[in-house]
Amino acid sequence: MSQSGPAIEISALNKWFGDYHALRDIDLQVEHGERIVVCGPSGSGKSTLIRCVNSLETHDSGTIRVDGLEMRDAASVAKVRAEVGMVFQQFNLFPHLTILQNLTLGPTKARGLSQKEAERKAMAYLERVQIPDQAHKRPKELSGGQQQRVAIARSLCMEPKIMLFDEPTSALDPEMIAEVLDVILDLANDGMTMIVVTHEMGFARKAADRMIFMDHGAIVETGTPDVFFDAPKSERCRTFLSQILHH
Amino acid sequence: MILIAACLVLAGCGSTGNWGWYVINPSTEQGMNNIRFLLNGFGATILLSVIAAALSMTIGLVVALPGMSSNRWVRMPSRIYIEFVRAIPLLPMLFWVFYGLPVVLKSMGISVSIDAFWGAIITLAISDSAFTAEIYRSGIQSIAKGQHEAAKTIGLNYRQTMRYVILPQAIRRILPPLANQFIYIVKMSAFASVIGMQELTRRANELVVTEYRPLEIYTLLIFEYLVLVLIISFFVRWLERKMGADESK
Repeated sequence: MSQSGPAIEISALNKWFGDYHALRDIDLQVEHGERIVVCGPSGSGKSTLIRCVNSLETHDSGTIRVDGLEMRDAASVAKVRAEVGMVFQQFNLFPHLTILQNLTLGPTKARGLSQKEAERKAMAYLERVQIPDQAHKRPKELSGGQQQRVAIARSLCMEPKIMLFDEPTSALDPEMIAEVLDVILDLANDGMTMIVVTHEMGFARKAADRMIFMDHGAIVETGTPDVFFDAPKSERCRTFLSQILHH
Repeated sequence: MILIAACLVLAGCGSTGNWGWYVINPSTEQGMNNIRFLLNGFGATILLSVIAAALSMTIGLVVALPGMSSNRWVRMPSRIYIEFVRAIPLLPMLFWVFYGLPVVLKSMGISVSIDAFWGAIITLAISDSAFTAEIYRSGIQSIAKGQHEAAKTIGLNYRQTMRYVILPQAIRRILPPLANQFIYIVKMSAFASVIGMQELTRRANELVVTEYRPLEIYTLLIFEYLVLVLIISFFVRWLERKMGADESK
C-alpha cells in the first residue's frame, strides 16, 4: 500500500438508519500521522463515522478509501481492517480468555504467527500499556481503566497503521480516565495516525492536530485546536463547547 | 415423591385388597421375573434417548446457524423448518415416519425399512431439533454485538469468530437448557412403545396384558422414569452450577 496519498479519504459519504439521515455528505481527508479528535452532541454521527472507516457500518453512498484502497467487497474490507485498529467504549474484551489470550488470538489466527512469537509481541505491548503483570488474569478481574488499556494493546498487536477510538473513556470511572488518555497520548506522540471520538477536551488540546465538530450527521466545523477552542466560528459549536467546558 | 411412594407401599400392605404387589414382589420367583422384564426396558429407553438427543443437537445446530444470518433468504429455510416441525405433535409424526416414510422413500426409488428403533429415533430427533435450534439461537444471540465487532477488528473471519469468540461463550448458556431438553426426550421416548419398541413403557404394557395388574405395574413404570429423570436433573443442576461459577469468575 502506498504511503504517498492520504491515510483516509472520505468523500460525499451518506448513511441512513431507516428514515434517519445519520451521515450527511461527509468529506474528510486524514493524512498519515495526523491526529484528529471528533466531538459533538450525542446522536451527531461521530461514532457512525468512524465505524464506517473500518466497515463495522456500511454506508449508502459516497466513497471511503483507506491508504488508497476503496472498500467494495469482503476482500478489500479485510485488507482495510488489517490496517485499522479500533478501541470501543465498552472495551469488548473476550471474557472467556485471559488477557494474554485476548492479545494473541488475532495475531495467531488471522496472521498465522506462532504462539511463541505472538506472546512475545503481546507482552511487549502489555509493557507499553503498563500492565504486564496482569497477563494471566481474566478481563473481569481488572479495573475498567486496565481493561481499556488491554483493549488498546490488543489492537496494537495487529500492528495497525491507523487507530480509531470510539469514546474510549466514556465508560470509565473518573479516576481511571487519565491512565487511558496517557496511553493514547503516548501513541499520538509516536506518530500513529488516529481518529479519536471523545469529549475530553483537555486531551484534545494536547493531542489533536485537527478538531472536528459534528452535529446532525454533518461536519459543522474543523480547525486546529487553538482556533477551534478559542474562536469557534459557528454558533452551534460555541454552544456545545460552552456546555461541556463550563460546568 | 418419597412420601407418596411410602403411602402407596403402605396402602398395598394394608388389607383393603385393592393392591396386589405380588406381581412385582422380588421375593417370589414370578415377581422377580416380572421385575427383570420391566427393568430390561431401561437399556432401550436410554439408548433411544441418547442417540435421539445427539442427533437433535446436531440437526439443531445446522438449522440454527443459517437462522441467524442477516440475509433473509438464508434465514428463511431455517425459520420454516422450526415453525413447521414445532407444529407437528409427536405421536402423529411418529406414525407418519414409521408407516408413511418408507412408502414415500420407496416411491422415490429408495428401498429402506424403518424399524421401530430408528423410526422412534428419527421422530424424536426431528421433533426435538426445532427446540434445540431455538436454544442455540437464543444462546448465541445473547452474546453482545461488541464481541463480534471486536473479533472483526482483529481480523477474524466469520468461522474464526464463531469458533474462538462466540461459541465458547455461548456454550455456557446453551448447555444447561440443552440438558433440560434431554429430560424431555427421555419422557417422550415412551411414545416409541406404540410402534412396538421394547422400551420401558412397552414392557409395562405387555406385562399388564398378561398379569392384569395395571396399578402396580404402571406405578413401578412411573418410578422407573422418575429415577432416570432425577439422575439427569441432578447432572443438570451440577452443570448449571459449574457453568454459573465459570461465568462469574
